[in-house]
Amino acid sequence: MKGFLKYYGKRVMWYLLTLVIAVMLNFLLPRLMPGDPVKQISIQATQGVTDPNAVQRVIENYTKEFGLDKSVPEQFVIYIGKLFQGDMGVSFSRYPKTVSDVIGSSVGWTLALQIPAIILGWILGNLLGAVAAYVGKWVDKIVLPIFMFFSNTPAFGLAIIFLTLFSVNLGWFPVGGGYGYDLLPSFTAQFIGSVFHHYQLPFWTMVIITIGGQAIGMRSMAIYELNTDYVKYSRFLGIRDGKIIRYVFKNAMLPQITGLALSLGGMVAGNLVAEIIFSYPGLGSTMLAAISTRDYPLLSGCTLIITIMVLIANLVVELVYGMIDPRIKATQLES
Amino acid sequence: MKHMLKNIMRTPKFVVGFVLFFLTFLLSFYYMFSSFDAMELVGSGFHAPGTYYNISDILNTKEEILNYESSANIENQLTVQEKESMKDWLVRFGEVAEEDIDLGDGEALLALWLQHYDANHSQEGLLTAEKKTYSRLDKTIRELMENPETVIAKRNEEGELEEKKELSPNAFVRDENVGNKVNLPLGTDNFGADMLTKLSAAIGVSLRIGLIAGSIATLIGIVLGLTAGYVGGVIDNLITFITNIFTVIPSFVILILIANSIGQAARGPEVVATIIGLTAWPWTCRSVRSQVISLRNRDHVNLSKLSGHSLPRIVTADILPYVASYVIMALILQISSGILAEAQLSMLGLGPSASNVTTLGIMMQWATKFSAHTLGAWWAFIPVILSITLITFSMNLMNTGLDQVFNPQLRGE
Repeated sequence: MKGFLKYYGKRVMWYLLTLVIAVMLNFLLPRLMPGDPVKQISIQATQGVTDPNAVQRVIENYTKEFGLDKSVPEQFVIYIGKLFQGDMGVSFSRYPKTVSDVIGSSVGWTLALQIPAIILGWILGNLLGAVAAYVGKWVDKIVLPIFMFFSNTPAFGLAIIFLTLFSVNLGWFPVGGGYGYDLLPSFTAQFIGSVFHHYQLPFWTMVIITIGGQAIGMRSMAIYELNTDYVKYSRFLGIRDGKIIRYVFKNAMLPQITGLALSLGGMVAGNLVAEIIFSYPGLGSTMLAAISTRDYPLLSGCTLIITIMVLIANLVVELVYGMIDPRIKATQLES
Repeated sequence: MKHMLKNIMRTPKFVVGFVLFFLTFLLSFYYMFSSFDAMELVGSGFHAPGTYYNISDILNTKEEILNYESSANIENQLTVQEKESMKDWLVRFGEVAEEDIDLGDGEALLALWLQHYDANHSQEGLLTAEKKTYSRLDKTIRELMENPETVIAKRNEEGELEEKKELSPNAFVRDENVGNKVNLPLGTDNFGADMLTKLSAAIGVSLRIGLIAGSIATLIGIVLGLTAGYVGGVIDNLITFITNIFTVIPSFVILILIANSIGQAARGPEVVATIIGLTAWPWTCRSVRSQVISLRNRDHVNLSKLSGHSLPRIVTADILPYVASYVIMALILQISSGILAEAQLSMLGLGPSASNVTTLGIMMQWATKFSAHTLGAWWAFIPVILSITLITFSMNLMNTGLDQVFNPQLRGE
């Protein structure tokens, strides 16, 4: 048991270190780039202003807002200190709302949409891959390629096609948004029903996108496992096929969990862009708004939150993996 | 080598993927032969695919009399929308059952309309404007039925209309004879540029972005992976540490941060491609490293070491050839994910910005910005999505084919 804790402790520490580096990147990258974001923002803000004194004041104001009059290390300390208090600055485009407020109201939508969609897509994908490897025939030749094709469309592409087909033409689903535009967020049956109705199309789009990529990995793993000695030996022993499949599935599953951790960042990115198509009130749409209104503090907050989300998800996947994989368990118990 | 190529060409998946990719690649040259420039504004806003004829040219074209009375088939002169609104009115106010109306049978619809439509009906629930639309529609229909003579008139010097020609309902023109016509096989986008020409140019630029990004990412991945895997020790630990960090920090986020910071002016297609390449290397590095580690202690490598060969020589002569097949596959994947990354970046408004160049991602961005999907302008985004999908799908297909050749176990008899 001690080995477990030690292993987990190590992993958590590693992720904390990664988080620190991610925060540093989030802070440093914009400041190291040739285009000075503050100068750009103030140029934007002062467009049409002819009085040089006024321009100067605006620039000074922004410089202060970002703390650019201090040295970079000093700025970083201030930045971190503010982060710990949950202060990410004030949003330019939604003044006087703070960045934390804006992100707080959109992060829930993204989480509620993406976590179930990715998990369900992953499960269905693995099932399809295993069936394709074991049954072969039409599943391998027809069903799998169809889902492969879906997986190769960019998420926003499938989103816009589904939206045109099911919402604009067939009218089965609303054309966009997270809930009816005539409703206010509340805990009424009507509002929850509307949210549920708006949830369907984005959710299933993301599930379908995920299936193909996972299935192809699982298929390769399962074919590999089906050819291993232990499967052949079990067959000689006369163990029922169903039981062998369970072993195969379990073994082929492990690399798939690692695969999920590796592809998580890409999936989240794709889904965030798909959110924009559905005008879903999540982080993707917030990020688009931040970019198009040059709301630099908001964008910086969004990227930070997305990074933290992906890091936490990765950590969870890794911890689950540690619990499932008997080999890791064994090495930990030894140490 | 020859044997391997033969094997590859015998893999159906690779061949299909290659053919699809080649066709897309060919399409990217179309713009050179198109009668329009890729960014030329042929139309104004969305125009549906089709051939467009100049109306005054039609009037000036030699008329040919056919024995086909267009006036006998009034229903053919009504548009689909007009027929649909006729149906709507009949169902709502004309007391006609919906299943009795067949939009395909125009004659019957027309008969029902003439029998049931009444402009004086109270039409509860309709706005005045809507009521007026219906009465206008009724007027159009009745005018068509009366078959009035249509004449072409010109204004003379005094400003009065002077009849030039009478239009017979039997008069037709042959499409070949019409002087000015514009052929828009895929319609136009929101700016009015010919979609097919623009798409073709965009595919070229996107492929170039993918190639640059993929090459950079693969090159960094190989160099770091080889160094880490072969040299080992502290260097390996350091490279692995950095790689692991950049595997879990989403590259998309770093991409956004950099693309946003360098500003719009500096963001040409090549710059965007380079940034994508600089953020996409970690997984290539990971896989190359693990391949190299499994090769490091093979007999032929040890023999080479004992013979006193230099490090660069061992790496290039004894290790690289073994990972080469793998590297090619990684490159293909990197190219296709580079194209995807550009598209996603452009959707967020951080794509390449240049007035004379467009990419698949930028075309998608404008199509969504102008809500082509709600306007029913499918031609403005479906061909773009299909192109992206075709490129990534064909590349993945080629990859799966290559995988089957290099890893015989996957063939799965």
